[in-house]
Parts: sequence; structure tokens; C-alpha cells
Amino acid sequence: MIKRVTFKHKWLPYALLAPQLLITLVFFIWPASQALYYSVLQQDAFGLRVDFVAFDNFAYLFSDPTYLESFEITIMFSVSVALMSLSFALILAVMADRVIKGATAYKTLLIWPYAVAPAIAGVLWYFLFNPAVGINAWILRAWFGYDWNHTLNGTDAMLLIVIAAAWKQISYNFLFFLAGLQAIPRSLIEAAAIDGASPLKRFWTIVFPLLSPTTFFLVVVNIVYAFFDTFGTIHATTRGGPYGATNTLVYKVFNDGFIGLDLGGSAAQSVVLMVIVITLTVVQFRYIERRVEY
Amino acid sequence: MVENRPWLTVFSHFVLILGIGVVALPLWVTVVASTHAGEDLLTSPIPMWFGDNMVDNYRQMLGSGMQHVSGQPLTLMMFNSLVMALSIAIGKIAISLIAAFAICYFQFPLRMTCFWMIFITLMLPVEVRILPTYEVIANVFTPLTKLLNLLGMEGTEIVLPGITIDLDLSMLDSYAGLTLPLIASATATFLFRQFFLTVPDELTEAARIDGAGPLKFFRDILLPLSRTNIAALFVILFIYGWNQYLWPLLVTTDPAYVTIVMGIQSMVNVADIEPQWNLVMTAATLAMLPPVAIVIGMQRLFVKGLVETEK
Repeated sequence: MIKRVTFKHKWLPYALLAPQLLITLVFFIWPASQALYYSVLQQDAFGLRVDFVAFDNFAYLFSDPTYLESFEITIMFSVSVALMSLSFALILAVMADRVIKGATAYKTLLIWPYAVAPAIAGVLWYFLFNPAVGINAWILRAWFGYDWNHTLNGTDAMLLIVIAAAWKQISYNFLFFLAGLQAIPRSLIEAAAIDGASPLKRFWTIVFPLLSPTTFFLVVVNIVYAFFDTFGTIHATTRGGPYGATNTLVYKVFNDGFIGLDLGGSAAQSVVLMVIVITLTVVQFRYIERRVEY
Repeated sequence: MVENRPWLTVFSHFVLILGIGVVALPLWVTVVASTHAGEDLLTSPIPMWFGDNMVDNYRQMLGSGMQHVSGQPLTLMMFNSLVMALSIAIGKIAISLIAAFAICYFQFPLRMTCFWMIFITLMLPVEVRILPTYEVIANVFTPLTKLLNLLGMEGTEIVLPGITIDLDLSMLDSYAGLTLPLIASATATFLFRQFFLTVPDELTEAARIDGAGPLKFFRDILLPLSRTNIAALFVILFIYGWNQYLWPLLVTTDPAYVTIVMGIQSMVNVADIEPQWNLVMTAATLAMLPPVAIVIGMQRLFVKGLVETEK
């Protein structure tokens, strides 16, 4: 935690920490405490009276069908994004781990989507699937007879944001899977090969289990990403629609608080989200500590 | 190579090329669309090869922007994005470096409290505290005035003998408002802390014997040693800053402060008519260009930064 050799000074360490702590207090801890505080208050329609309502906002939230639906949508969205992005990245990483020629070129060509903003990723796929002119929508119609329309069909809209969000995350997963694969001792795989195990069998019985720490870590990271970093993807494209089909929790907080100006309800939603982040962070950290020992 | 299976190698290359094709498809279509005139993109299927309207599209977007939406030229939006990305990256690195230095190299009361306060920021992304943070930005002294009210002081100003300090400072529509709330960073502080712990104690001892104080040690020894870490972190943070969306959306109403990533949504979400896709795609290409160029150009630093910030 601390160096063996340290300096002594009365005020210098506080001065060094001051900027970080000031920003943390003003922009993080204070707003978070306010969210907690507002979540037990209720404002009347004209913003004139504020009443203490204890847990009424939460009770209301969890009896509100649109909120529960938004919860379901978010979970479905996150799981789909994680699954799609992880499986795609794993296949590519396994292949990239095998090839010798051109390995760096493949890597370079696969990592750039990381740099694309989630909102821009949304716009790109929104264009590809645009019912009128999108090339993917055209292919679906001309070759498969499917009439794609994410402005009317909720499933299509959901698929659109899942694809856009998963696409952006492939690079990240690919890099970590590749690093994980390269850390597996070659001797294990060679021993299995001598015993006559086919590449596929070697993958399922040796490589995949040894990769499980990386996989678990990536699952958590991907779920956090899908929960919190995809606001731009949704806001720039479907805007929660059609008919709330892509109204995820984070989008709903923004929409209820900023557009709907429901102070107490939005604060209660923020608190629920905070609980989710804290849980996910704790899971991630406990797990990482174990990995260090291992 | 464990064994020689030529067909499997061919298959691997095939899968990789296919994967790259799928990953690159949106980029290809975007760049191609940005070189066509608007009327080429009105009927399906749209062209998949470059058109000849590239110069016009880029000149129009960079010079004057899309008139019927915000009408800000993209040069301005890109400048705003650049200011935001640079301030966030440099700001985060600067305050995290000194904070990590204080936590690692000094023994002082409340050290662990400070550490945990920084740690907590990990659990409070902007998305979960949208409204109250907006309130603080609308008036930075909100926390102070509310605390003073709790203590029984009324009003929003501090009256001292001779001067009156008005506690009202809005950061809406300013670069400070765009960047300051995003500058506190637990990850960067942890990264530097992790690195400082690996720096040999002998260096500190030697510096102390030679009579160097903490600040001189920091400047002449620690900072040069941290150079690669700083560069790697800069790449990650620049991308992070450039790609911000929700925060600029909240704090900017003045079109003069719109960033490019956030500005594009107003070009896409136009009421009732089909967006001008050739121009939208021109804007998208320009929005992607700087961060993608950085990732590809500084690949080694990027990978290092990515792996280390996750520890």
C-alpha cells in the first residue's frame, strides 16, 4: 500500500491530493448524496412543495410496469451484447493465435473499432440497416424476403442496438482473449496433441477452461459496458423506441429526469443504478484479487 | 505450431479475413457514402464504390456544416472535441499523478480515507447521477450554499468585511463544464499507484541522501520513469474524452460548444424527412478519424494502456 521509504511533510500531501479530492467531492460524492436524498422526496407538479415520502418512490418504481419492462430490456440487451461480442471475439482470437503469417496485420485491422464512439457506432449501423437505403436492410429484403424496419418493429430496433454495441466491443474482447490465449503454456497443448487430441477437443478440454478467468473478467466488463456506456448508441439512433422497445435503464433515467423532469422518480432510478454498479464493481474486484493470488 | 495441419491454417486465415470483413463493413460503407452526392443515396441498393463528390461534401461540412440543423461548421465541432479530449486526458493524468504520489510516498493522517474517496468514484459514473451533477454544473457553489443553509446561513453570498462573494457560478456552455466533472479518475490514480509501488526504494533513499526534497524527487526521478505509462494512458484517455456523449449533451445548449460526436445525432434525428446521408456519413468519418488514427498509429501504447487500466 505504501512505500517503505517515505517523505515527511506537514501540508504537501494534502496539497497534492487537493485537486483530485475537490473534484471528487463536488462532482461525485455530493451529487451522489443528493440523488440518495431526492430519492426519498417527492415534488408536486408545480415544483412548489417537497414532501418526505421515505421509500414510496422505490415502491412506485418497482410496481411500475414500464420500469420493470425497462429492467428486462436492459438485461436482455446486456446479455445479448456480451454473448455476441464475446463469441465473435473468441473465434477470431483463437484463429489469430494459430496463424503466424500476418498476425500483426490481422490484429491492427481488428482493434480499430475500439476507437469509434458508441454514438457513432450506432449511427453507422443505423445507416446500414436504414429501411429505405441501408445496404443490410436491402440485402435482407432482396435475398431473404425480410422487411427490416427498426422504426416500427421493436425486435428489429433491439437487434440494431445489440449489433452496434457488440461490434464496438469486439476489439476489446479480442485483445484480452488473445493475451489470455498466448499465456497458456504451449507444453500442455503439445502434450495433448501427442496423446492424439484433435484441435477442437484440445480447445474444449484445455484451452477454454484455462481461459475461464479471462472470460469471466470480460463478461463483467461487457455487462458494465452494455449497461452504462451504450447511452449514446441508443440516443443517437432509436431514442428508446419504438414504443419503449429499446428503453434501457440508463436511457430511462435520462428521459424521466431530463425530459420528464420527475425529480424523485429519476433519483430513485439513479440509486438503483448505483446499487447495480457497486455490485458489479465489487464482483470485479474480488475476482481480480483472486486472480492475483492464482 | 503444435502440428502441421495446412487446411486448418487456411481455414484460420479464411475466418480471420471474413471477420475483418464483417468488422470493416460499416467503415467501408460510411467512407464510400461520404464521397457521393445526396441523390445517389436515395434509392436502394446504394453504391458500394467511391463516388466523385468527396471534395464537395467535406468542403461543405468543414466549412459551413449542415444548414438546417445546428448549422455549425465541423471544424468548430472538431475543435471543441479536441479541446475536450486534450483537457480530459491531460487533466486526468496530472491530478492522478500527484494524487498517487501523495498516497504512495507520504505517511499522513487520513491517508486511507483519501484513498477510499478516490476509489468511490469508480462506482459513480455520470450515468447514475445525471440530474444532481447537472445541478452542480449549473451552479458550482451549490454544495457550499446548501451546506451553509444547513448551518443556518441564508442567501447565496458570503459577506466578508469589505467584500461580498456571490456564490453563483454556472459552468453550463463552457469548456470547464464540459471537462472538469470528468477529470477525477480512480483508474488513472490506481495505475500510477501500481507503478510507483514497483519503483525501487533505493532510488528514493539515494535521492534523499543527496538532499532532494519530495518535489525534486517527483520531478527529476519519478516523472521521467513514468513516461511510458503516461503516454499509454494518454492514448486511452484521449479516446475516452473524444468519444464522450451524454455529458456534452447535458451541459451544452449553445451550438458553439457542440462536440462532433454529440453533434451528429442532431443531423440523424431530423423530423419527418430522410437525413442527408452523404453529409451525415462525412461527419461520421471525420468524427472517427482522430481516435482511429491514434489507435492504429500508436498501437503498442494503446494495447499497453488498455491492459494496464484494467488491473
